[in-house]
Amino acid sequence: MKTLKSLAYVVALPLLLVLLWWASTRGEPNFFVPTPSALVDVFGPTWFEGRITGDVLPSVGRLLAGLAIAIILGIVVGLLVGLNRTLRALTEPVFEFFRALPPPVLVPVLILLVGLNDGMKVAVIVVGCIWPVLLNTIEGVRSIDPVQNETTRSYGISGLNRIRYQVLPSAAPTIMAGIRQSLSIGLILMVISEMFGSSSGLGFTILQFQRSFAIPEMWSGILVLGLIGLALSLIFQWCERRVLRWYHGLKEVENAA
Amino acid sequence: MSTDVLEPGRAAQPRAARPGARRPVPKPVLGLAGVLGFLLIWELVPRVGLVQPRFLPPASEVIIALVRDFGLTAFWVAVGHTLMAWAIGLAAAVVAAGILGLVIGMSPFLRRFTNSTIEFLRPVPSVALIPLAVLLFGVKIESSLMLIIYACFWQVLIQVLYGVADVDNVATQIAQSYGFSKLQRIRHVVFPTVLPYLMTGIRLAASVALILAITAELIIGSPGLGREIADAQSGGAISGMYALVLATGLLGVAINIVMRQVEQRLLSWHPSVRGEVVL
Repeated sequence: MKTLKSLAYVVALPLLLVLLWWASTRGEPNFFVPTPSALVDVFGPTWFEGRITGDVLPSVGRLLAGLAIAIILGIVVGLLVGLNRTLRALTEPVFEFFRALPPPVLVPVLILLVGLNDGMKVAVIVVGCIWPVLLNTIEGVRSIDPVQNETTRSYGISGLNRIRYQVLPSAAPTIMAGIRQSLSIGLILMVISEMFGSSSGLGFTILQFQRSFAIPEMWSGILVLGLIGLALSLIFQWCERRVLRWYHGLKEVENAA
Repeated sequence: MSTDVLEPGRAAQPRAARPGARRPVPKPVLGLAGVLGFLLIWELVPRVGLVQPRFLPPASEVIIALVRDFGLTAFWVAVGHTLMAWAIGLAAAVVAAGILGLVIGMSPFLRRFTNSTIEFLRPVPSVALIPLAVLLFGVKIESSLMLIIYACFWQVLIQVLYGVADVDNVATQIAQSYGFSKLQRIRHVVFPTVLPYLMTGIRLAASVALILAITAELIIGSPGLGREIADAQSGGAISGMYALVLATGLLGVAINIVMRQVEQRLLSWHPSVRGEVVL
């Protein structure tokens, strides 16, 4: 009974919205908004006959590659800078500038520097996504409890061991918050880099549908992007729960007290 | 000055007390040195020939182009267009998300009822709406606004929902037993708890709004700095393009600084801000 009720809560509003959509497009056909059935009809043929392997998977691959490079690079550089006070002061204004720079403006710059190819698209994602991770890592390392620092020192834990067992775990919640921000930036940049002078990929395809006024196909493309975003955020939530299990447990104990 | 205070973690080290030890260089000086170092590297890379100057002009050339831009009316008109889309979009998103967030957050039923829909719509990237915006509005400011409002709405809504969930149970019960009306409860119990969360949401949304304003201009071609960048690139005015990129970065920095100031003013009573001031 209880699971049934929570299931009802999950599906009630989406069902209601689809019904509303269906009812409002049933009368006179609106050029801009297809009926739900037209969208469903078009979805399969549009995406499952070649476009999944030709456009969607390469796009997602570039996104994942860019994100992975940005996260690893961001954490490594963030640790180096965060653990050294002079380096931190030296780089702070420059890093703040790059964080404030809207990442899409890097697309034309990198087209010039790298050229129109897959490398450019991955580079755009890396250059845009690295800043939240990098700055959050620095912030996380900086705000480690000083008592904990002295304890590790007096136990003679140093070097890689200190980073592995003290620094990384203490900074993990902040780092994860940075990674969460970089996910949505990465998705935006994936689409933009393909909309800007490209001949394949998800962003290009959706823009192509719009230019040829293939409205239901265009909507199905928006739906695909939404599903990718949803999948990305679900995967991230799952990872975060695993990585930060001890942290959430600690919070619960603290809140209960 | 924070740099004069020894970090607690370093107090045990004898190094600081050693005679003749270097005094720490003040932080702003190091920051300035970092900026100058960055500009120097940028200047040298094309001059030495690591990258061809027609792809990456030296920093001095770009800065001269930027200064020249500052004297042009067209540049300030573009900045004005970008800032107008930014401000209207951000304001609309904050008002809508603030009110909806309070209404949904304060009702346990609505929170459960809307949860799945919010979690589904939130990760939809706003740039997916670009084709739709082009169809509906064409190359006008409304296209930018549609993207900005969609993206910022979720940033603020989620923060407000977190904020309402964080309201202290005891405070709510006290307000109830004192016979507070619903409006009074919102004003005196819920709102002060939500405000810090709301401000975080607005601060995040402010930079997201700038990103999408520039994106819409870059891709759709609605008027503003983004379109100027696209025009400069396709017209081969490379130093001009880099100067405009630099200008958008400076605009981003300015927005960040202003939002931080506003946050500190509004939350001067809050422990998190009071703590920051002491440091």
